[in-house]
Amino acid sequence: MEFNTNFILGCSAIGAGLAVIAGIGPGVGQGIAAGHAAAAVGRNPGAKSDVTSTMLLGQAVAETTGLYGLLIAMLLLFVKPLV
Amino acid sequence: MGQGILLSESADIDFMVHGVFPYSFFGHQVWITTTHICVLIVMLIIIGFCFAANRAVKHASEVPGTFQNIVELVVEMLDNMIGNVMGKFSPKFRNYIGTIFIFILLSNISGLFGLRPPTADYGVTLPLGVMTFVLIHFNKFKHQKVKGVIAGLCDPWPFWAPINIIGDVAVPISLSLRLFANVLSGTVMMALIYGLLSKIAIIWPAALHVYFDLFSGAIQTYVFCMLTMTYITDACTTDG
Repeated sequence: MEFNTNFILGCSAIGAGLAVIAGIGPGVGQGIAAGHAAAAVGRNPGAKSDVTSTMLLGQAVAETTGLYGLLIAMLLLFVKPLV
Repeated sequence: MGQGILLSESADIDFMVHGVFPYSFFGHQVWITTTHICVLIVMLIIIGFCFAANRAVKHASEVPGTFQNIVELVVEMLDNMIGNVMGKFSPKFRNYIGTIFIFILLSNISGLFGLRPPTADYGVTLPLGVMTFVLIHFNKFKHQKVKGVIAGLCDPWPFWAPINIIGDVAVPISLSLRLFANVLSGTVMMALIYGLLSKIAIIWPAALHVYFDLFSGAIQTYVFCMLTMTYITDACTTDG
């Protein structure tokens, strides 16, 4: 029994580590958004504040999928649903 | 805590919700938690600000004083933000959006003052999402009538309705989870830094506080209100 619990805890830790790989996607997406925003500001410096706020809004929405991965990791580590 | 996470035993990492005292509610044992207390503190601050603002506006002077200036600035900023997005529907929703904006903003930055941010508890953000959900569908039925709602459900083809229903139900969940996970990640990060690096965490965590509490909190507040406004405007628009 003791072995099983520890085994499940270890596997949960591995699963949590795998779950936060979800952070790659939002990272790439936010980078693309920031790059295009920089290009837009370079083309039209007058619209800097509009471009920045739109970029931040889009990035915050794009971040959601990465946060879902983080949530799964948190659940596995602290709530321990499998034990 | 500590047996589920690979950290040293001595590190006191604490970012969980704690029960303060239990009480009995129809035979169930329910806990008053730290979240309740933090929400209460935030609400008391807002109510105090409201009374002060009310008095300042009632005795408004021609040349506004400092506090009256701040109140006018806040109201004007919220009005502009809501008017830009909602257009002609803005007068009806100004109160709701302004309230949740100020509440979420203060909740998010309350981490700066040593509280555990109330929005880092799913029990606080889910009701906010559910309120938005109810508002969206109430206004949908009010403005588009039953016929319009059914037409919207069967948008490309009638058998697409289950997918549309899932999409509707996903709105409050994704809204609330986004806010919750952002604030929670900031809280966990700060707790890890103070717990694990307590020996060298002298002044530089202030920069992280600025990012996680102020910047991230403000952005997430803005996103939550912006999405709420967009969804409600979408529901109010009849020709869609």
